[in-house]
Amino acid sequence: MLALFLRDIRLGLRAGGGVLVGILFFLAVIAVVPFGVGPDLKLLARIGAAMLWIGALLATLLGLDRLFQADRDDGSLDILIMASERHMLAVTVLIKCLAHWTTSVLPLVIASPLLGLFMNMEPAAIGATTLTLLVGTPAITLIGAVGAAVAVALPRGGLLVSVIILPLTIPVLIFGVSAAYGAVEDPAPFIAPFLILTAITLFFAVIGPFAAAAALKSSAD
Amino acid sequence: MSETVSRTGRWVDLANPTKFLNFAGAVLPWLGVVTVLVLLAGLWMTVQAPDDYQQGSTVKIMFIHVPFAWLSMMCYTIMSLSALGTLVWRHPLADVSAKAAAPIGAAFTALALITGSLWGRPMWGTWWVWDARLTSVFVLFLMYLGIIALTRAMDDPAKSARATAILTLVGFINIPIIKFSVDWWNTLHQPASVFRMGGPTIDPSLLWPLLIMAVGFTLLFFTLHMMAMRNEIWRRRVVAMRRIAARSAERRGTR
Repeated sequence: MLALFLRDIRLGLRAGGGVLVGILFFLAVIAVVPFGVGPDLKLLARIGAAMLWIGALLATLLGLDRLFQADRDDGSLDILIMASERHMLAVTVLIKCLAHWTTSVLPLVIASPLLGLFMNMEPAAIGATTLTLLVGTPAITLIGAVGAAVAVALPRGGLLVSVIILPLTIPVLIFGVSAAYGAVEDPAPFIAPFLILTAITLFFAVIGPFAAAAALKSSAD
Repeated sequence: MSETVSRTGRWVDLANPTKFLNFAGAVLPWLGVVTVLVLLAGLWMTVQAPDDYQQGSTVKIMFIHVPFAWLSMMCYTIMSLSALGTLVWRHPLADVSAKAAAPIGAAFTALALITGSLWGRPMWGTWWVWDARLTSVFVLFLMYLGIIALTRAMDDPAKSARATAILTLVGFINIPIIKFSVDWWNTLHQPASVFRMGGPTIDPSLLWPLLIMAVGFTLLFFTLHMMAMRNEIWRRRVVAMRRIAARSAERRGTR
């Protein structure tokens, strides 16, 4: 399992600079916002947390179809499925999700404080947004694993994965943004939405791998 | 015990598509007639129903809006049960049922959203608000469309069936969220007034037409669902026959 994790991380870091493209996309989305809403610094500071969340969500969706596609192309996905007698396939999927998150989503989280400065956010708001992103984005990857596994047999599944996954990620977005706002604005609570966000991540850490493993098995036979 | 055995026996019998076609052919005309009668009765009662003292005649939108909203959730529940049937029992008709139900459910959800919006304009002063119930029903609509897109994206029905079933089951999380959204969050949409602890809070003069309309639309759903399933079975047979014809033509050509 550790070997698989290291292999996936190495592949993710090497293959075609996927990490850099993700960060660039995130940067581009955030840079487009001031052109859309105008360069009013107060307004930008107010919508900053929401914009960071939406940018991170879109950038995460961008790379999701590569989660199983590359392994399917070179045949190693079949080997992983055949090895499911020794290693439970759901665990394999979970490991692959973790590796994917580490290589292509964690850099986004690390880059988000810098982008928060662009949006003229306060330090407390930047910290809270980064923390919620750190806790919430694994849920997006884990939900996305289901979509990626379901669409793995399709030749051009990338857009379809985003379309079928986006409705399911809305709760993550709602609680992530409300927790980020709760840390700054006084009457809104921070702890409650933050705990719900954590619960969503843990919930999908169980549901996602099992559903994705079932979909992968059915796509193989 | 014997009853459950006979019931499962009948259930297994229906798994044969030919038997299902016979059953549907026998039941559909009656179901259609009953649907029309109940819907006509419901419409008549709707016309007769008194106006609300606050809302005036716009309250009559309720008689179509509420059944559509109920059915949009019921249809997804049926699709989830079909998905279980596909994954657990490998019931051959379960995936036909799920595939046939998805467009009908999407249509009912769209109608619920449209009628709700028409009702919201005079009552709330706006076509749309992002409150919990409206948003979660909108998400349900998007999920129907995603499921339809996934079903249509694959050529092989056996393969798309299992993929769609998994996606449907994962999306079922949304149904309890819709049902309880008005209780969990304080929203503009009114809380549940018919199915609640301590009996319904709406007046019988409005409740009865509503229930009749709900029964009518439920029957309409089952009629449409059964017709769509029949079409789907026929379509698959046509595809299979075409393949056989093409193969035999090819064999004749090589000879």
